[in-house]
Amino acid sequence: MRIIAALTMFYMCFSLSAQTESDALFMAKKNLCGGFVYGNTTWDHYWEGTFYRDNANIGTFKSNSVMAMANYGISNSLNLIASAAWVDNRVTAGTLIGQKGIQDLNLFLKKELWAKEIKGFNGSLVAVGGVSTPLSNYVADYLPLSIGMRSKTASLRLLADVQKGHWYGTASAMYTRRNNVTIDRNAYYTTEMVYSNEVFIPDMISYNLRLGWRDGADKYFELLADRMNTLGGFDMRKNDMPFLSNDMESLRVGVNLKYPVPRLSGMSVMLTGMHTLTGRNMGKAKSLMAGVVYQVEFKNGAKK
Amino acid sequence: MNRFIKIVGIAGLLGMASCSKEITQRNQNFAALNPDKTDTSAGSWRPVLLSSVTEFGCDNPIAVTSPDYKLELLEIKSRQANMSDEDEALLKYWSAGTVLRWNEILRELVAKYNLPPYQNPDGTYPIPSAANPLAYPYFPFANPPYAARAYAYVSVAQYDALLAAYHYKGFYRRSRPAVVDNTIKELVPVVKDYAYPSEEAVVAGAAFAMMSLLFPGEQDYLQDKLNECLDTRILAGANVRSELDAGVALGKAVASKFIQRARNDRAGKAVGTPADWAKLENDAIARGETPWISQESPKRPPMLPLFGKTLGFLMDTTEVINNRPPAPPSTGSAEFAKELDEVFWYSQNATRDQMHIVHFWGDGAGTYTPPGHWNAIACEDFVNMRFSEVRWARNLALLNMAMFDAAICCWDAKYAYFNPRPSQVNNKIKTLTGLPNFPAYTSGHSTFSGAAATILGHVNPGRAADYMSMADEASKSRLYGALHYRSDIEVGMQMGKMVGSKAVDRAKTDGAE
Repeated sequence: MRIIAALTMFYMCFSLSAQTESDALFMAKKNLCGGFVYGNTTWDHYWEGTFYRDNANIGTFKSNSVMAMANYGISNSLNLIASAAWVDNRVTAGTLIGQKGIQDLNLFLKKELWAKEIKGFNGSLVAVGGVSTPLSNYVADYLPLSIGMRSKTASLRLLADVQKGHWYGTASAMYTRRNNVTIDRNAYYTTEMVYSNEVFIPDMISYNLRLGWRDGADKYFELLADRMNTLGGFDMRKNDMPFLSNDMESLRVGVNLKYPVPRLSGMSVMLTGMHTLTGRNMGKAKSLMAGVVYQVEFKNGAKK
Repeated sequence: MNRFIKIVGIAGLLGMASCSKEITQRNQNFAALNPDKTDTSAGSWRPVLLSSVTEFGCDNPIAVTSPDYKLELLEIKSRQANMSDEDEALLKYWSAGTVLRWNEILRELVAKYNLPPYQNPDGTYPIPSAANPLAYPYFPFANPPYAARAYAYVSVAQYDALLAAYHYKGFYRRSRPAVVDNTIKELVPVVKDYAYPSEEAVVAGAAFAMMSLLFPGEQDYLQDKLNECLDTRILAGANVRSELDAGVALGKAVASKFIQRARNDRAGKAVGTPADWAKLENDAIARGETPWISQESPKRPPMLPLFGKTLGFLMDTTEVINNRPPAPPSTGSAEFAKELDEVFWYSQNATRDQMHIVHFWGDGAGTYTPPGHWNAIACEDFVNMRFSEVRWARNLALLNMAMFDAAICCWDAKYAYFNPRPSQVNNKIKTLTGLPNFPAYTSGHSTFSGAAATILGHVNPGRAADYMSMADEASKSRLYGALHYRSDIEVGMQMGKMVGSKAVDRAKTDGAE
């Protein structure tokens, strides 16, 4: 469950706005786009292994966050993206205290590998490399309320995009290497006792599919689906708390749109809604995100 | 630029992939047990439950000149000649100490079974049944009192069984295989002592029998561990098969007396009945106090309310009642309000260091419990102290008797006063870790820790001050975590030290010092 919060954050960075690490749109050279995104995630049911349940000692889990993000065009086909979020997690029932604080720094380098127009279809291939690291000494071993997992990660996404007229489709797959983390305890039980303060964190793989309509980089509407699963990990036992090394899986669908604010050149609003269809050792979460981004041009770079 | 991103991306991924995710555990590389004192006189030490070390017999060993014995030597030779990597790993694992490894196995089972049952559809809770341990809810729910009792029974049964074993070793004076046949190699340090019955097998037999009672759904697993443990003695060239068989038989025989005791120590009735639960509440109201109410939803019956009546090893029930601490501040008093305010303050203002302490000592659901934590602390120190197996067993028996009796005294107080948790009285108080489902006074963590630190400080005086400061930190963790009032933790520590001193009294007179 804690994971859920962490992963929800993770996904926000991925699915939120144009010129993010999971789309095929690029900032033009020497253009900078920055903004803030407010996120709200809630769930009142979760999967304990494969058992779908509620928990009156948790009630509803609520995560609120504000993410600052920036995207800089190193060149027309190479972007640097950075984001970090402040997160507040709490539950509406039971006695467990909530957690809040600065979560992780995420950095991505996004490179267009290939782009070509063939018979009216514009195709491109993009690679995105990412790293993340915790920005504060938050408690990871307190799921579902911890604000993150404290794992330092490195990821590589490969993405293919096809556009005809205003209509497009984007498909991508990402592998995330996640480092082990250290926790405040020096022994814990998974499927056996482990006498260490180090916790194995399984790597993760995810797939993302988007279909939509766009007009430039600032105006689009898309439907999206994403599937993620950890490569390993174990199921929560009946009536146990979640743990960092659980096997986590989810399938989510959602909508995502971006629209320029009229009469405010460079400013756009973004909205995302996501809904979890199935999962494992995670909450059945609904997420809403709303953001404002502003784009500035430093030096005669052309806006895309 | 193309090359740039490739290099950064690939180097980043490879850089992380190259660091292994395998975790080295603290108990993985313990050195082989090599006692600096053999304690061969342990047959004259004072047992806990046995009337004498000869209460259970041990058959004459076969002669070392007999053809059967020669066949048993051949088993060693053939196993040593065909040793697999897995054999080597098992040999290394078990060579660290038999009492140690069975204690670890017990801790693991406690953690595995320490989960409160999921509710029924009607909002009541099923109660685990020893008669049907494999059906949900699995038996047992190895909560802290259950665990304290389990650690005590296993440790004490091993101790008594080893005293009997040492008696028979001295009586039969059977030479070690490597002495009888100098072509046999001892692959681990073997005590220069007699070999019949095998003390490792005695420990394993007693542990197997006790743990089969306490964790009846794990008998296959325990049988595997027993076979593994015995097997390594053959591989090591330390014992022949008949020495192991005799040891297991003696261990099981001694355990049978403990099993009889466990069936009649009143712990089986500690769950109580709905009438018992209602009476606790009504009695508290009649005393003019706010009674404890479960903060779980649906409301869960209090954990083992009659556990205070269980028969411990160091104190009888009258002594427990006579040592019951005075009542906590009345829920209507100014003193209570002041203590409540302090808990509220911590719930709002705990530092990151204090949160670390709360989680380090949390030992809640799904863990080996606070008594398990103290067993881990003790064992990690004992591996450096070069105790003999029998001294290992004796020291763990003392530790676990102290914590078992501490649990009894603590539970007696909890249900004599039945006072509410801070978060019940003030619902703005949120806890930093899971809230246990039983009354506040006195703090279990504090009582366990006070008892453990006191007896550990006696058997390992060089670290007495360390143990006490660890106990103090464990105790304070419950205030920082907003789970307990100050009087719970302070009186709990005093009570724990009182029980610990009873274990020290026993230690001074058990013949081992």
